[in-house]
Amino acid sequence: MSKMKTIIAPNRRQILGGLAATAAAAGSTGAWAATPSLTFEELYGKVSVLGLEFSAKVNALEGRAVAMRGFMAPPLKAEANFFVLTKIPMALCPFCSSDADWPDDIVVVYLGKKQTFVQPSTTIEVHGKLEAGSWTDPETGFVSLLRIRDAQYSVV
Amino acid sequence: MNKFLVALLATTALAGAAEAATVYPLDRATILTSSPFDFKVEFDGVVKPEDIKVTVNGQDYKTVFGKEAQFVAEEKGAKDKVLGSALVLRGLALATPGAYKVEVSAGPQTKSVTWDVYGTADKPKAKNVIFLIGDGLSVAHRTAARIMSKGMSEGKANGRLNMDDLDRMAFIGTSSTEAVATDSANTMSAYMTGHKTAVNALGVYADRTPDSFDDPKVETLAEALRRQTKKSVGIVTNSELQDATPAAVVAHTRKRADKAEITEMMLEVKPDVVLGGGSAYFLPKSTPGSKRKDEKDFVKSFRDAGYTLATDKAELVNAAGTNTGKVLGLFHTGNLDSTLDREFLKKGTVDKFPNQPGLVEMTQAALNQLSKNPDGFFLMVEAANIDKMSHPLDWDRAVIDTIEFDKAIGLARDFAAKNPDTLIVVTGDHTHGVSIIGTVDDSKAGPEMREKVGTYASAGFPNYVDSNGDGYPDSVDVSRRLFLNANNGPDHYETYRPKLDGPFVPAIQNEKKEYVANEAYKDVPGAVFVAGNIPRDGDSGVHAVDDVVLQSSGPGSEGFKGYMEQSDVYRLLADVMALGVKQTQ
Repeated sequence: MSKMKTIIAPNRRQILGGLAATAAAAGSTGAWAATPSLTFEELYGKVSVLGLEFSAKVNALEGRAVAMRGFMAPPLKAEANFFVLTKIPMALCPFCSSDADWPDDIVVVYLGKKQTFVQPSTTIEVHGKLEAGSWTDPETGFVSLLRIRDAQYSVV
Repeated sequence: MNKFLVALLATTALAGAAEAATVYPLDRATILTSSPFDFKVEFDGVVKPEDIKVTVNGQDYKTVFGKEAQFVAEEKGAKDKVLGSALVLRGLALATPGAYKVEVSAGPQTKSVTWDVYGTADKPKAKNVIFLIGDGLSVAHRTAARIMSKGMSEGKANGRLNMDDLDRMAFIGTSSTEAVATDSANTMSAYMTGHKTAVNALGVYADRTPDSFDDPKVETLAEALRRQTKKSVGIVTNSELQDATPAAVVAHTRKRADKAEITEMMLEVKPDVVLGGGSAYFLPKSTPGSKRKDEKDFVKSFRDAGYTLATDKAELVNAAGTNTGKVLGLFHTGNLDSTLDREFLKKGTVDKFPNQPGLVEMTQAALNQLSKNPDGFFLMVEAANIDKMSHPLDWDRAVIDTIEFDKAIGLARDFAAKNPDTLIVVTGDHTHGVSIIGTVDDSKAGPEMREKVGTYASAGFPNYVDSNGDGYPDSVDVSRRLFLNANNGPDHYETYRPKLDGPFVPAIQNEKKEYVANEAYKDVPGAVFVAGNIPRDGDSGVHAVDDVVLQSSGPGSEGFKGYMEQSDVYRLLADVMALGVKQTQ
């Protein structure tokens, strides 16, 4: 529950993050320049049918601020405070797979404050705190393995 | 309003109410003798139990069925909306063949259905049945596979596919209980139970309640084989093992997306050989890569049940020597890659799962294992990627997978040549709206790609080459290639070229849940915007309602002829294996 509280009540860092987002959107490299970046290719060290393993980089960055680029999958629910960041624009096919069938390499993004949706073909950069490990969203039941919390994003 | 009109309206309304009850199995259902099924009556609105009357061939139903149904006063829908009363009788079985006229009434509501309960031959006609299903297999796929694989000179094919020489054929109607159209769940469920059902449903009739596991069940072929025979059962697919086609051999759910539960159902039936993808639903949720929402570990459960596990091509070969006879092959967390990606382009997810076996290796491994059973076997082989690549209009990938499917059919035919007591059935579960209309010839003049499309005499013949004789063209990206085209789809960009960078993604979803053309292809030279002709919430090409071609060889295959419903196919399979007769003594 404490995790949920941090999302609802913005703290000083989130407000700073919000300011930084504005700066980044305006083309500045200022406040986020030092944030380590993470790519989709770097998420898993080992991939096998019996499970994946997080990469050393993910393990090292856990709990720290990261920047990740990707595409915003269409929101699961209109009112959800989170979205799924994907490597390529998502095209879910009902008869190829079910709605539950996200690719392995996704990152769930929990927003620090509400932001508007962007077109699915638009590359975005997300900044926030990396969290690794299985977690079930209490509201939607959505299970995720990697999350960015207290997040802000901007169009690249 | 005049009195006559009022009277007419009242009569019309009453006539509507009189037909309100629904009876499962539905009218004209075909049911194997002694095969368990659930009987359900859904009344429109709440009725009193004392007002309900059910007769079977004129007698009280309890006498004929030998059991009493449970009365449900109020079935609830979404938001606890009361849907009406119901009668439910689980696990009914009818031992005597014949017509069963079931008449139901409650006050003014009446409904009458007639079931055809059928027996089978006393003795099996075939010891083994190999059922090969090309998911989405359409006529254009096989024509293209023949031309790409064998070539064509002066209008005659330079060679024949393995499926070209099967002895007998039928046209199969694939419509659903609620729609003229179908999906893989509905059709494969009909093939594997003998009962038609609704889109998305597996091994059940689709009732009105929201719970996807309480719908009236019917027996699957694997369950019938376990009940009546000592035959081995094998499931081979290059999709997830929980996907509709493999799931239909064992599963009961209204919702094909219940993949976590379908994994559990697979374990309950314990097919002797289970090869495919979908390991994500076998792993507990705490394991990265899992798609379960619980901590159940089905890799462990299958191992505890005596299965030898194989996770790649090499392990599959080694698993052939297993003592228990049970093999679980999991080769991908999701669907296996298409043959074009796996064997040639190394795209898709081949970098992550580099040693996936193909359909040919899996079919060979399954045949080796299953044929050890002196009582014979039933093997289902699905070429899933024909469909999975046709949805996104990626015709090259769909056709190369059709060639691979044909090679698996070749293995089945080789097996049947040595074991003539084997029935081979080759079919699809539905078609796609795809046709070959000619060629695309890069040497034709003109800046626009459509100027390079050759129709009629200007089509000529494509210039695919198979220099190593492996049955696959050395390249799909030749200068004069087949032009396959879809008659439906979302907004997309037609590039007139094979998608060498990875499977085609024609459309992606926007914030209004509408599918728009994927701009990734906009700047491909010559790409043309094609406006979609299906609703904007459709992400890809859809299944066609056109009949499917079924071909067959071996004992019992003479029954496949003319036009048949997909549910009729089960009846023939049951007859060939004499499933009306207990063979386990």
